[in-house]
Amino acid sequence: MSRETANHVRYIDKTRAYYEAEGYGKPYEWAHFDHIPFTPFAAVGNPLSQCRVGVVTTSEMVRRGAEVGPDDPRRLVYSLPTDIPVDELRSRKAAYDRYATTLDDVDSYLPLTHLHRFVTEGRIGAVAPRFQTIHSEYSQRKTLTVDSPEILKQMREDRVDVAVLTAV
Amino acid sequence: MSLAARHLEDNGIPTVVFGCARDIVEHCGVPRFVFSDFPLGNPTGKPYDIDMQREVLSLGLDLLVSAKAPGTTVATPYDWSADHSWKDKIFSKEQPFLDPEATRKWLERKDAYRALKASGKI
Repeated sequence: MSRETANHVRYIDKTRAYYEAEGYGKPYEWAHFDHIPFTPFAAVGNPLSQCRVGVVTTSEMVRRGAEVGPDDPRRLVYSLPTDIPVDELRSRKAAYDRYATTLDDVDSYLPLTHLHRFVTEGRIGAVAPRFQTIHSEYSQRKTLTVDSPEILKQMREDRVDVAVLTAV
Repeated sequence: MSLAARHLEDNGIPTVVFGCARDIVEHCGVPRFVFSDFPLGNPTGKPYDIDMQREVLSLGLDLLVSAKAPGTTVATPYDWSADHSWKDKIFSKEQPFLDPEATRKWLERKDAYRALKASGKI
């Protein structure tokens, strides 16, 4: 077993113990599937240098300085343009390790600057015109039946070839 | 996030997930996964470490192309710090995951969501 496999944090065990100690009853059942879908890259039919890359994040991005309304309890998928400089974006995400790190540098969880640079360098063809924020949800049903189809719809509209997803 | 990756992949879009919670992502099962053994928050490299961020993204792009089978994980070669003490108090009473304000909002959201569901609006 490699070192990183041996030492990585067991979040499933830790959250179960934590919420049990807080008095919550039935532990959360994390999503699990025996089958994993797979689309080989060859199916895209183009080299990466001609691919349009879509981007999805859980980092709940908003524009800096923009008036932020009250939280929408439906917590639907929303998108923002990928050509906004990262300095003009910020994350509203509350669920991250606030003791060990920060979300001050957008490129550490939403690597838009680097993706644009890879376009300039010819490594990838293009970045999709917008990226999607998906909320981390308790309800797997909502993620499966509401959020994921919406992301697919937007990516098809944007003619995305491959997708990068960043989980904060 | 993992569920969304699976849905895209099921519909013909190759995906790569970047994350720091290896057990959660692998328990679900995603086609391609770049794992950073970092605190939750920086799945694409340390803040302000431009070279590392570029390298982590590059690993993911390579994986998009090279993966031959679903469930392929690549671990980045980086350590968060020389010691791993940041892992010790995660989800502990000393370091509750959400601050009180975030916890209050989370509980409010849960109630609002349940109300919407009960009224058939979602």
